[in-house]
Amino acid sequence: MRLEPRPSSSMAATLLWPAGAILATILLSSLLVMIAGASPFTVFWLVVKGAAGSQFALLETFTRATPLIFTGLAVAVAFRARLWNIGAEAQLYLGAVMTVVLGTGAVALPSAGLIPVIMIAAMLTGALTLLGPAILKTRFGVDEVVTTLLLNFIVLLFVSMLLEGPLKDPTGMGWPQSKRMIADAQLPRLIKGKRLHFGFVLAVVSALIVWVIMKKTTLGYEMRAVGHNAEAARFAGIPVNRVIAKTALLSGGLAALAGFSEVAGLKGNLTLDLSPGYGYTGIVVAMLAMLNPLGVIVAAIFVAGIFVGADAMSRSANVPSYIAQVMVAISLLTMVAAIMLMRYRVRWR
Amino acid sequence: MDTADLPEAETVLRLTGITKRFGALVANDHISLALKRGEVVALLGENGAGKTTLMNILFGHYTADEGQIEVFGKALPSGDPNAALAAGIGMVHQHFALADQMTALENIVLGTRPLWSFNLGKAQARQRITQLASDYGLQVEPDRMIAELSVGERQRVEILKALYREARILILDEPTAVLTPMETEALFATLKKLVAAGLSVIFISHKLGEVQAVSDRVVVLRGGKLAGERKTSEATRRQLAELMVGGQLPVNEIGPSTSREILFELNNISTRSVGGAGLNGVSMQLRGGEITGLAGISGNGQAALAALIAGTLEARGGDIVVHGQKTVRWSPRAALDCGIGRIPEDRHATGMIGDMSVAENVISEAYRSPRFSRFGFLNWKAAASFASGIIKAYDVKCPSPEARVRLLSGGNMQKLILGRALDGDPDIIIASQPTRGLDVGAVAYVHARLIEARDRGAAVLLISEDLDEIQTLSDRIAVIHRGQLSRPSARGELSVMELGELMAGHGTEAGASHAA
Repeated sequence: MRLEPRPSSSMAATLLWPAGAILATILLSSLLVMIAGASPFTVFWLVVKGAAGSQFALLETFTRATPLIFTGLAVAVAFRARLWNIGAEAQLYLGAVMTVVLGTGAVALPSAGLIPVIMIAAMLTGALTLLGPAILKTRFGVDEVVTTLLLNFIVLLFVSMLLEGPLKDPTGMGWPQSKRMIADAQLPRLIKGKRLHFGFVLAVVSALIVWVIMKKTTLGYEMRAVGHNAEAARFAGIPVNRVIAKTALLSGGLAALAGFSEVAGLKGNLTLDLSPGYGYTGIVVAMLAMLNPLGVIVAAIFVAGIFVGADAMSRSANVPSYIAQVMVAISLLTMVAAIMLMRYRVRWR
Repeated sequence: MDTADLPEAETVLRLTGITKRFGALVANDHISLALKRGEVVALLGENGAGKTTLMNILFGHYTADEGQIEVFGKALPSGDPNAALAAGIGMVHQHFALADQMTALENIVLGTRPLWSFNLGKAQARQRITQLASDYGLQVEPDRMIAELSVGERQRVEILKALYREARILILDEPTAVLTPMETEALFATLKKLVAAGLSVIFISHKLGEVQAVSDRVVVLRGGKLAGERKTSEATRRQLAELMVGGQLPVNEIGPSTSREILFELNNISTRSVGGAGLNGVSMQLRGGEITGLAGISGNGQAALAALIAGTLEARGGDIVVHGQKTVRWSPRAALDCGIGRIPEDRHATGMIGDMSVAENVISEAYRSPRFSRFGFLNWKAAASFASGIIKAYDVKCPSPEARVRLLSGGNMQKLILGRALDGDPDIIIASQPTRGLDVGAVAYVHARLIEARDRGAAVLLISEDLDEIQTLSDRIAVIHRGQLSRPSARGELSVMELGELMAGHGTEAGASHAA
């Protein structure tokens, strides 16, 4: 078996290969569903229905997609410049910490001023979180995969410490949780009485902004150049280290927005289970989107749909909702394979 | 065909009507070729003429869209490297396929026997390899790691690997590109012995001198088509060159220089070592209207000097003076701001970003100027029209400004780099190995552009390992040895032999006094 590079890939191919990957994902997870003793047709029907079958389901999917769009963008931006940010989880949590620090009454402003202030502060916190590993990388050659990954655990323990100490809600009956956000600091709901909040709009707008940055600006150009060939970029006079630092700031800031929007838009306070691994799932989302910022929206909704749908499905069919995790994992693998096949042609013998 | 008139030689390999298309590009267009026992056929052609594609088809790396291959009278199944090996075809690629952390012996034996019986045949293998090596003049030390071997030795290992597998037909892809003149001589001697022993050789090259020295017959490809076939003894160099480029060969004439003021100076510069020696107290002056040639054996500090001037290597001490002004902070950006046009040694690694488009690559040095961006937003229209301008002015063969640079040939990539570096008529130009790996047409083109720049008053520094090139173009020649420069000599002041002595490090007293 040999791989032969394809001279170019057509528009159709760039759409058909990912579609094939999704089909393969469904086929492979059908096997598991059958092993679990259920009919794949029923199960997938229930997943689709649970994810998009009603207004409630659809809104829930969008709600779940919101943090994934942010972390997916964070990863897509960083990976594009070959900054391997595995620490979106840490940046998310520190963004959330800054959100509750400022949003629980410490700052009093009208809502229209307070929310942007908190948002920017949260972004800066996440940005600085990733700046450290980026500087270690450019200055001393420390592998950012290691530093960002390990920071996740450090930050989680740090947050745990905060929630047991300075940030602990005195009226929380001893639970490790922060005080509630004041009303002025909370993001409005998009539809009265539903969970979908303004964070979703922010996420979609962020994706558009990131797309513009990557496509149209000198910064995006620099990031892509550094990602594709740092040596040639340096030769051409692109300040590689500074570009990596800027990438880190952007990526960390986006990941922190996930924390901000979850706290200010959905939960209202900070707990240790704020994120069921949104930072890591962001990697899957970014890969599924092939690092395209607009693709991230679609990929995040897809992944969120699987999670939400599987939850609903597991309640009615007797299949554990873990199938969602397996499906997301399989989709990552098939997608990586599809990207490979898009670029290379396989020749047998 | 005029090859059929030798009745005693059987045809060992016959390609008939080979056609290969990559999308719209026809890389091979009905190419037929016959190779006889005991003959060296040179496959001559410019980069992108289809030589390598043809050989990849023969060797099973690609499948031909049309055409047949016959080896020793039997049809060769297409698309199977093992079939080619089994039929007795061995190939030595331009970039060697050797495992660095294994010995020469292990590399030669690798793949010829099942892994679990690896050690059993070593003694036998060693004996055969020693025999082959002494028969054909392929000296290697079988127990040294590949990583420790010189490029010439690695090539000998590759040839031994093919012979060990009992190859009867040997294909060499640009074998001399990486060799010193002495190693090239030794390779040619080996080829003569191989042919005398009844092997047949296909020698892929774009260097006319070598083709004439080593081949019996020359097959010329141009633009994927068979451009002609000549007996080497009956063809002149000029005829071959014109077949290859398909028309009159451009002749560069270099007039007398009109030296002007000093535009660029290095004073007592030292650097750490990169890709060989670092610089050690180097001083040099570049004058407008002159090409200064820097000769030297590879690895003596050329890479460090080029990187220093380009701004990617920091000086440990000494001054860089541009246009009479001492520079404070030196970087690629600073070099560009001083108006230095830079042509890097490695097109793929340093010069271009393969996965980005032509337009994105040509603006990489100037994207921040108001020409291409405003308030941080890029003007892609301006970039595309700039790229189209270079494509047109420099005759770059590429479908559009949006095409990925990776898909271009080396010559076309170099033209893009020239276009980018010479944009805005820089008055200081540093060209590092600007014609390495290029074909005759592209070499002439690059030379013409450098001469043009010199004639309009630019100071050009030409770093090259090709002494011919240095002597043809340079108004002044300096020799670098172990990071030190010799006293520059005027055109024609020193003979090849005298330059060779300096390159080998004899006569450093002149260099020492200059560096002091």
